[in-house]
Amino acid sequence: MASVSGENAVTVALTLTEQLPGLQIVVPLMGAIVCAFLRRGNLAWLVATLVTWSLPVISFLLLLEVQESGPISYKMGGWAPPWGIEYRVDQLNAFVLLLVSSVSAVAVPFARKSVAVEIDSDKHCWFYALYLLCLTGLLGMTITGDAFNIFVFMEVSSLAAYILIALGQERLALLSSYQYLIMGTIGATFYVIGIGFLYSLTGTLNLVDMTGRMEMLGLTDAVSPSMLAALAFIFVGISLKLALFPLHAWLPGAYAHAPSFVTVFLAATATKVAVYLLIRFLFSVFPTTAVFSELPMSTILLVLSVAAMFGASIVAIFQDNMKRMLAYSSVAQIGYMTLGIALANQAGLTGGIVHLFNHAITKAALFIAVGAVFYRIHSVRVEDWAGLGRKMPITMAVFALAGLSLIGTPGTAGFITKWNLSLGALEHGYWWLVILIMLSSLLAVVYVGRVIEIVWFRKPVATIDEARSPPMTMMVPLFVFAVAIIWFGLETSMSAGYAADAARFLLGGGGS
Amino acid sequence: MKLDLILRVTTKIILPFMLLFALYVQFHGDYGPGGGFQAGVIAAGMIILYALVFGLRAAQRVVPMSLVQRLIPLGVLIYAGVGIVAMMKGGEFLNYSVLAQNSVKGQHEGILLIELGVLVTVASTMVGIFYAFVERGR
Repeated sequence: MASVSGENAVTVALTLTEQLPGLQIVVPLMGAIVCAFLRRGNLAWLVATLVTWSLPVISFLLLLEVQESGPISYKMGGWAPPWGIEYRVDQLNAFVLLLVSSVSAVAVPFARKSVAVEIDSDKHCWFYALYLLCLTGLLGMTITGDAFNIFVFMEVSSLAAYILIALGQERLALLSSYQYLIMGTIGATFYVIGIGFLYSLTGTLNLVDMTGRMEMLGLTDAVSPSMLAALAFIFVGISLKLALFPLHAWLPGAYAHAPSFVTVFLAATATKVAVYLLIRFLFSVFPTTAVFSELPMSTILLVLSVAAMFGASIVAIFQDNMKRMLAYSSVAQIGYMTLGIALANQAGLTGGIVHLFNHAITKAALFIAVGAVFYRIHSVRVEDWAGLGRKMPITMAVFALAGLSLIGTPGTAGFITKWNLSLGALEHGYWWLVILIMLSSLLAVVYVGRVIEIVWFRKPVATIDEARSPPMTMMVPLFVFAVAIIWFGLETSMSAGYAADAARFLLGGGGS
Repeated sequence: MKLDLILRVTTKIILPFMLLFALYVQFHGDYGPGGGFQAGVIAAGMIILYALVFGLRAAQRVVPMSLVQRLIPLGVLIYAGVGIVAMMKGGEFLNYSVLAQNSVKGQHEGILLIELGVLVTVASTMVGIFYAFVERGR
């Protein structure tokens, strides 16, 4: 083997620009190692922050380069694809990379004070090491073009996430983490079984090569049994990871009992990356016509998405724990993303992809607001929040604004999603679906409105006597996300523009 | 434990051979079966056997928990460090070919260093897990 690579050996040194896809993963990985060596929590936070801030720069440069000159390929370890692991950045995952890295970069200052009170001080360095490892895994899942490498990064991010969740203060955190571990492991196993079927069918693990070989086998219009098995396993496996209704059982507990910062981070990034994987496999790896014309994939996704939008929203209305309520709302919002996939046309898919971004900033703002309140009054029970609008006006104003975005009010980011999804539905002639989207938004009005009513219009209770504005490290992320929610609700060329590019790229020409 | 003379003496005799076998598996790994993971487990087995026979305190005098906590990231650092060096020399991350004058030598050296990193992390993680279990309920 060594002699083979001897002939392929690099003769021209790579420039920094050519190293960018590698650096996207290497920088957070090195950051995690450094944090693991440190013994002072504040220093670890500083390292984690600086590392996280460097990541959006890398992913933004990658996005620019992709727009300029098409997909970028990076030979990990110098082994040429399809034999070696290839990092492949195209319109779709460049957008997701930017989303994951920039949302984490905005949110990470919040960790400083929140982690300081919620985690034992001897665990701070390990905490930031795990956070960076989880981020490495998520970015890796997104950037890699190798089906098995996706699994490896999935395990890296998941294992780190299980520990991060288990660090929650309540004892239930351990149970929730364990539930997530069981469900997540089943999901990852199903994914690998699916990859096994694909490998037996095509003899390759490289995603682009896989598509080409399925075309060679004439599977673009017909479905073979092993392809069907592969699709079924991969679909169910990834659906467990992204908490598609009814496979969402792990999510509310995990979000409710994790430390505040972990909830912010996972809610804004982890499920988004899983949705990205589903999009990648359905539109770019499997032959799109076979999946969406020969198989009832659209119908299955449509039914489950609508069930999520309604079922989870109704459950959210009856939650007393704010984090649990927002977690159920996340399940419902994931329904909108998968709805975009189910519609499988330009507008619908744009709506689904842009909702990755819009929901990430919305949920990050909401969970940061909850984390900031928890920092002051040590409760996330909604009745303890009565009258809080008078004590923490800015936090609660951002909460209300993000709530409006969750509902999909015009002028906020959430509206852009629902507008595109409705356009996509109308293109199919599904006017009833537009009505369903509206009705599910009304459910969001109920659960967001209930909180706003309690917080702004009720008499203050004793629990909030201590409450006052949160510290600066929490205020700034909150403020940035609030501005982003309005900005991306009015100026959509960045978010929806890139999402539309990605959708066009997926629907025309596939992954090659 | 004081009375288990045979156990104690035998353990003391076996320990260096365990380490030797671990190193054999380690350096045999690039051309035959073996490698850093297996070697790491065997090396950790040495510490664990020592702890089982002579007690946890004796083992922690040899390998304290603070050392274990440093060794776990150290192995990853060696691994990733090799990748970084390859990047600095103008290759991709973990492209061993650029590490030496020619790619055959580079590949050989690269994999040896990588396996060393694996050895360190696997051995220390195994010991760490063992300590964590033994210390439970104390």
